[in-house]
Amino acid sequence: MSIDLLEGTPAAPPRDNGELVFSEPWQARAFGLAADLVEGDHFTWDEFREHLIEAIAAAGTPVDDGEAPEPWDYYRCWLTALECAVGDRGLLGGEAVADRAATYASRPAGHDH
Amino acid sequence: MHDDHGHGHHHGEHDHGRHAASSPEVRVEALEDLLVERGLADRERIDATIQRFEHDIGPMIGARLVAEAWADAGLRRRLLTDADAVVADMDIRGAEIEHIEVKANEPGVHNVVVCTLCSCYPWALLGLPPNWYKSPEYRARVVREPRVVLAEMGLDLEADTELRVWDSSSETRFLVLPERPAGTEGWSVERLAELVTRDSMIGVARVTDPGGR
Repeated sequence: MSIDLLEGTPAAPPRDNGELVFSEPWQARAFGLAADLVEGDHFTWDEFREHLIEAIAAAGTPVDDGEAPEPWDYYRCWLTALECAVGDRGLLGGEAVADRAATYASRPAGHDH
Repeated sequence: MHDDHGHGHHHGEHDHGRHAASSPEVRVEALEDLLVERGLADRERIDATIQRFEHDIGPMIGARLVAEAWADAGLRRRLLTDADAVVADMDIRGAEIEHIEVKANEPGVHNVVVCTLCSCYPWALLGLPPNWYKSPEYRARVVREPRVVLAEMGLDLEADTELRVWDSSSETRFLVLPERPAGTEGWSVERLAELVTRDSMIGVARVTDPGGR
């Protein structure tokens, strides 16, 4: 995540956060996307919160499928909740999202557009 | 921001192709692009929201509110009985989606806030929550053994202090009104606000007095 140039200067707001709001760019995108869909009335924060609670509860439950459990990560739960909310409201089909993700994942390294 | 692209999208920040389809980077990108292509989301509005939460919304808004309440007994009373009205009067953006209750610390009573199920938090007053607030450990333990958790975070309470733990929900977000430190009589609201930390408004710290005690 980029560091604001004003940080540490008198012009910086006294946030006293002690940490960046988002530690990776995708976290900011997932947050902003959810907020935008709420703003556009595609779902409500309450609906989103229900999905988030489920995702967080599921992340805390060990699964015995032979795979190493992923470390707890709040924004991964947020992203799962976002995907559930989008699917629940039929905004996008799961297949369309999976196809697009597969396409992006197969881009050659360093390819930008 | 060091983003050379006006829209703040992640092009150029990633080595595309090095993330699996199941990685969060790729999943978010696929979701965002599809939603934007279908006109359901707007890239510039997303950028603006992120910008706002990274730079414009944060604990300084809550700190100002606390300082005003310290300086004005009438405002303090209103804040404790109808925080939504006070927040609306102060034209704090984003507060319309949240019902906020303010809980005052006083001698013998200490308040602390948690969201046991997820991460509900008074965004409009404090910005987005810190990582520890979202952690499973804090969410579970501050309810079970609040005194121990607070001590671990550096806040030792007197044995006879009553500890009240407030569990946030989508209906109600809580803000703690910390005690005004001694030695600040006659201070301006601006100067007072500089003393008020984020953690003191969640209830895991005190506002330390200017003498450093």
